[in-house]
Amino acid sequence: MIEAIQVQGLTKVFTTAKDRPPLRAVDGIDFTVHEGEVFGFLGPNGAGKTSTIRMLTGLSQPTAGTARLLGLDLDKELPRIKKRIGVVPEASNLYDELTAFDNLVFAMQLYGVPRAERKARAESLLERFRLSEKRDAPFAKLSRGMKRALTIAAALAHRPPLVFLDEPTTGLDVMSARNLRQMIATLRDEGVTVFLTTHYLEEAERLCDRVAIIVKGRIVALDTVAGLRSGAKRKTSVEMTLEGADGQSEKKRLECDDGVESAVQRLLSENNGRRVLAVDTLRPSLEDVFVQLTGLNAEVMLSEKSGKGGGNAGG
Amino acid sequence: MLADDLRGMVYIALKDLKAYYFKAPNISWGILFPFAFILAFAIRNPGDLRALVPGLLGLTVLFGTSSMEAIVIVFERRIGSLERLLLAPVRLPALLAGKLLGGMTFGLTVTLVVLVVSLAIFGSSGTNWLILFLALLLSATAFSAMGAFVSVAVKEVFEAQTLANFIRFPMMFLGGVFVPLASMPGWLQAFARLFPLTYSVEALRVALFGGSWATAALDLGALAVFSLVLFALAVYTLARRIE
Repeated sequence: MIEAIQVQGLTKVFTTAKDRPPLRAVDGIDFTVHEGEVFGFLGPNGAGKTSTIRMLTGLSQPTAGTARLLGLDLDKELPRIKKRIGVVPEASNLYDELTAFDNLVFAMQLYGVPRAERKARAESLLERFRLSEKRDAPFAKLSRGMKRALTIAAALAHRPPLVFLDEPTTGLDVMSARNLRQMIATLRDEGVTVFLTTHYLEEAERLCDRVAIIVKGRIVALDTVAGLRSGAKRKTSVEMTLEGADGQSEKKRLECDDGVESAVQRLLSENNGRRVLAVDTLRPSLEDVFVQLTGLNAEVMLSEKSGKGGGNAGG
Repeated sequence: MLADDLRGMVYIALKDLKAYYFKAPNISWGILFPFAFILAFAIRNPGDLRALVPGLLGLTVLFGTSSMEAIVIVFERRIGSLERLLLAPVRLPALLAGKLLGGMTFGLTVTLVVLVVSLAIFGSSGTNWLILFLALLLSATAFSAMGAFVSVAVKEVFEAQTLANFIRFPMMFLGGVFVPLASMPGWLQAFARLFPLTYSVEALRVALFGGSWATAALDLGALAVFSLVLFALAVYTLARRIE
């Protein structure tokens, strides 16, 4: 089977001011993305996520290393690769002056979609992304969520088997973000390979088959979400909400060393006679793993991006 | 790959024409601006108005092609949409050639309007149509390539406008539009030969009023060289800027 992406020793070094050492934005990373999976690429700002995408999509030349996309050599077969990938950059970047429909048609023209298919395909994409009513509206007049949706639609217009999504839900309201996540899930169902960077850990947890965590240009973890969770130092715990003496609720938590059932029994026996209001099982999340591996607070990562809008991983 | 490049080039040009060029302010500005200059000069120096037609055509091609061309690429780079073109299966020279083609098409369209009006007023007898066609085409190519080079050489739109005017205005006054080159001092004539507009106006003069084929061939050759050099510089500069 041909892998969607195979990367070996990929490195990007930027030269900086004369009195400063060169910046190793990406430092010899290796990874493989299987065909048809949603692959999450997580990391704090400046970790090397966008530099990696730029190299893999031909926008930037790697300093060292090799990459194969859809079985094609990045160094030797870039034009063929470009025809078969779709890229959604972090900022929605279609043409303000063109209508939603014209933007999609132009995307197809650039990628050689036959003339006879363009109109029907553009109409179908508009319908799929719930933009049919905005068909003839200039891109500049669309809401932020609609612009994002149309930018993704444009990246899919030539039906690429591999799509790069760079922070697709950043800056979107809850509903728009939810719709986009649904679209990403649909892409996976259709067999499209998705390379997704995001700073919303819940989003990665929900959508991704496998996740790589990159810190300071190096991949520090790569596994399925379940695999990463199992490596977390924090164990699954049970949280019991009990009625207090003064009528206030009180929460008691216990790690499940011998299973959930025994933890519940221990909590019950330790609080004998008190009324139980709720029992929750708390599993280690991707956020726990991320914090453990990066030493960063996930909240910090979110606040770094919050200036760009109020995207929300919930929903 | 060549088919991808050619297709990309044509569609990039068509997209630019639709998105940026064929807007009412551009069309009116492209025609009125050269007319206003020539009219002001004619009022100050009444005489043979027909003699001003080559300069008028040269100015119209210059401003028609380069005004928008000089800001389109820097504008698209600024808002991120140039990246869309760089991600497409179109090589960099073809991408820039598409940009040039858009500027040329618009510049030649407005020039055609001015040409038709001029010939209607002054007549077309003695016009060498082949030289006229080649002079307008190569002028449009050279000025469009100049605009593209300006656009990739700067980072901001206002810098592009400043740099474009810094080049165009001296060219306008020294390029033989208002004052014949022969009446200038020798050192100024040599300086004027550094500008493509000088060759453009001279070739247009031969096309409309007659002259030696050698002069026209030299002018057309110079315009072709300007086109190639400026286009190569634009490709090289953009390639470096992207990385």
